[in-house]
Formats: sequence, structure tokens, C-alpha cells
Amino acid sequence: MIWNKEKECMERKDLEKLQLERLQKILQYTYENVPYYKEKFDELNIKIEDIQTLEDITKLPFTTKDDLRKTYPFGLQAASKDDIVEIHSTSGTTGIPTVIGYTKKDIDTWGEIMARSLTMVGTQKHDIVQNSYGYGLFTGGMGAHYGGQKIGAIVVPTSSGNTQRQISIIKDFKTNVLTCTPSYALYLAEALEQDETINIEDLDLKGGVFGAEMWTEEMREKIEEKLNITAQNVYGLTEVMGPGVAMECKQKDGLHIAEDFFYPEIINPKTLEPVKDGEKGELVITTLTKEGMPVIRFRTKDITSITKETCECGRTTARISRITGRSDDMLKVKGVIVFPSQIESTLLKIDGLEPHYQIIVTRPETLDEMEVQVETKPELFTDSIKVLEKLKQEISHKIHDSIGLRVKVTLSEPNSLPRSEGKATRVIDKRNFE
Amino acid sequence: MTIKQISVFLENKEGRLSKILNILKREDIDIRALSLADTSEFGLLRMIVHDYDKAKKALEKENLAITITEVLAVEVPDTPGGLESMLNILTNEKINVEYIYAFVEKKTQKAIVVIRTEENDKSIKLLKDNGFTELSQQDVYQL
Repeated sequence: MIWNKEKECMERKDLEKLQLERLQKILQYTYENVPYYKEKFDELNIKIEDIQTLEDITKLPFTTKDDLRKTYPFGLQAASKDDIVEIHSTSGTTGIPTVIGYTKKDIDTWGEIMARSLTMVGTQKHDIVQNSYGYGLFTGGMGAHYGGQKIGAIVVPTSSGNTQRQISIIKDFKTNVLTCTPSYALYLAEALEQDETINIEDLDLKGGVFGAEMWTEEMREKIEEKLNITAQNVYGLTEVMGPGVAMECKQKDGLHIAEDFFYPEIINPKTLEPVKDGEKGELVITTLTKEGMPVIRFRTKDITSITKETCECGRTTARISRITGRSDDMLKVKGVIVFPSQIESTLLKIDGLEPHYQIIVTRPETLDEMEVQVETKPELFTDSIKVLEKLKQEISHKIHDSIGLRVKVTLSEPNSLPRSEGKATRVIDKRNFE
Repeated sequence: MTIKQISVFLENKEGRLSKILNILKREDIDIRALSLADTSEFGLLRMIVHDYDKAKKALEKENLAITITEVLAVEVPDTPGGLESMLNILTNEKINVEYIYAFVEKKTQKAIVVIRTEENDKSIKLLKDNGFTELSQQDVYQL
């Protein structure tokens, strides 16, 4: 099933023509409405008229999360307050959150791309979509909500958590489509398995749109088997829009980018030069129609590769491979963004503690776990277990305050953790996303 | 009078205890008494050793996290109820015992109890007043 055959199956040359038109238009619009971009372009002596082909986009500077932070909260907004109807924001775990305003048209676009995504797992008008993404500033909840409504499906806004209630709704409402993070899907699947009153075969679940964190083929297999559904991967990011920027079709051979709205590039994160199709690199996205806050060549830091070959499903849009890593040291643990530097600055705030630490992330069953190993300085060491336990708790509390995650803190002997020589191995991510 | 105890922080990893014992052997340091406390995450090795100063230096050189703590060493009768009779004195005065470990001394038919309380000085006085003998560092070495 294809939601918008006209756009999703466009001849590539027509699609590229549309992209170029939209690119030129959005550049002009951004230049005129966002002083930050105007200054940047003027400084680099970039004329919008010089952008005559899609390849010319490489003449433009990149936008990074830093640009968004520098202009916090509304500095990159292009639309006036009269036209902004909704705001979303990242959690701001690294200090300053990034804030994104949406116009009515942007929300409509978001609904469109999520309608395409939901259709890819077979969602129809009469289907019940249980939306277990968190509702709030996080884009997951509202994005899936708008998509379901666009289709005219029946959206049940359960939001995340409260597993017993989620299970009752799946059973009693006869949910057809589930939207949540893959780890939560697996968690739900296991809870369903343990419920003896439920026979998976008798449920009406058929598909799931799962994303907002990295996952693996093994996880997909498990979810599909346990829930008896098709589990498909959705990609998106707040700075660009939210979920639906790219989505897997039933072929499960890459995620189709909604290319009429987003222009993708893959670059080498070190040289910043474009890489060939099929080669791994960092995904860079330019929004082609966004009014609230357009971004030009936004560096996602997500590592993937791209193909423009027509998919067996009939769609002609470019496909990116499953995200396998990051070009920076950002971690996503239980869907929460974590930078090792946050842990470091937290440890530095605790008196007498030196920032010798190591972060170990695992996924023992279905949910992520994070352990922070901290070295005990001889000065900090006491003979009292109570005091040591209290110190551990203090570290754990402070980390929780800083990143919003409960972590396990382990005290290590002095000098037992690897020392930094240039680039230290601060993070050991034992989850395998390849 | 209190005596000096060495405490060593131990990660819950293979071979940590052997490593420490090996250092002490190399330095020719005799352990008079020891106890190993463990939590789920780490352990604490507490020892009364002959020549704590030398032991301290040797362990510090190996980057181990150690601390010296003042504890009491008290003789109690090596008979049923011997330890209880001593603890009762502290309990009656509401003195909290943080930890305790004991060893039996064959020559004297007495047991030696190493004890750390929240109020060491008060404990010493109380025990003395009640006829218990406390041991000096020297006494412990000569056992």
C-alpha cells in the first residue's frame, strides 16, 4: 500500500526537478526571513542565484546543533509568531535544548510523512493505531498522532508507559498498529507473552512503526515473532521535523526518505566531502518546504548510506540504510540522548573526584542499561561502607539530575581505568547495532 | 588507647585479594587479624598487621586505595557469652558498633575482638571500667 503514489513513485528526474525548485524557493525564503542565515550567506559571499543545480547545494555552509543552540530559543525561526502553531524541543541534555516551531503547513507536512509511514505497515482508515510514543515536547507522540489522523485511522493516544493498561487496550480495543520505540515494543511483547490469558494469535495486531532509537535485525526478528506483526523502522529528528523523515516499506531494504520534503546528502564526517551512493557517511538534510524553522544542510551526525535505485515496492524515493552509529560521541540510552561530557561535568561537580570514568552501555534483555564506573581517589576512600555507599548514591543522583537517567554507579580502584591519551575510550557500547 | 587498622578498597574483580596478599608477603608483613566485608559492588579488606606503616607504604605504592582507621582491640573470655558480655556494656550506653571481628588466641585462652564504634574513647573507658583489657599495638604484634 502506498499513501501518496504521485509523490512517492515520481520519476526521479521529475522528483529532482521538484527538489531543485523547492530548494531555490526555501533558500530565498530562509535568506529573507532568518537573519542568522542571511549573515552567514553574506559573509561567505553566497548568492542564492548561484544555486542552479542540486549539486550546487555543496556550496552552502552546514547547519549544526551548535547553530541551533547559539540562537536559542527562536533565533532560527523563519515564520512569524502569528503563523507558528506548535513548538517542540529536544530534551536539552547537553545544556541548551533546541527549539523548533511549526506552522500549520509544517504540521500538515508532518502528518503527510507519517501517513506515508503508517501506510507502509498497512494502516488503513478503519484501523486502530495505538500510539505508545511519549506525547509532549518529544516529537514521537504528536508525529504518529498527526499521521494516524491524516489517514483517518483511529488513534489511541496511550503515550508511553503503564504496560498493563497498554496490554488491556491491545486486547480489548483490538489494536491493529502499534507505534513506539523498538525496545518498548519488545518489552510489551514479553509482557504479553507472560500473560496467560492472552494468545498472541488471537490479537489483531498487524504492524508496527518503530523508531527513535537504534535497533538491530535481531531485535526486529524477535518483535515480529513475539507480536506476530511486521516491524518496520522509522527515522526522524526534531531539528528536521520528527519521525517520518524516512521509513521502511515492507521490503525492509532501507528507509525511504520523503524526498519531496527533505533533500538528503551523505558526507564524509571528517573531510565534509560528499561520498558515493552506497558508501557510509553522515546524513545531512535540507528541509525543502518547512516554514517554521527551515534548516539548510543540517548535520544529523547519524551514520548511514544511501541508494537511489527504485525499490521493489515501486517507490522511487532514495533509501537510507539502518542507522548504525554516530559521527560524534552521542549515545542514546533508553531513547534519551547522552553525551559523555555530561557525565564528566557531573563528576567534576563532586568534591575531590577526578573525572576518570568509563561508561558501559548494555542491552541485557530488551532495555538499555548504563553503568558509570568511577575511580575512587585515595583521598575519597574511607573505611566505612556506609560512606562509600552514600558516595555512590550521590554520584548516581547527580547523574540522574543531569541526564534524566538512572544509572548504575560502580566505584573502581585508583588508576584502574584507562587514561586518556588523546581520545580516551570513555564509552563502551556493548549493544550491537550493525 | 586505640590501635591502627589498615583498610583496603577492593573492586569485585578476580584476583584482587591475592594481589594485596602478595604485596604483603613480598614486604614480609605478617597479618595478625583480618576481615573481608563485601557489598554487591566492592569489598573492604580490614587488617591488623605487624608494621602497619610499612604495609601502608607498600600498598600505596601499588596505587591501592587504603585508609588507616583507629579501632579497639579487646580481650574477651573465650567462653560462651564472652562476646555478649562485652557488647552489653556498649549497648546499655547506646554506643553503636560499626563493625567487629574476632580471633582466638591459643596461648591465653582469650579471644581478641577488634571493634570499631561510633565513640571509640567512650567505649574504651567503659570497657576498662568493667574490667576488660584492651590491647596496645605492641600487644597485638606480640600475640
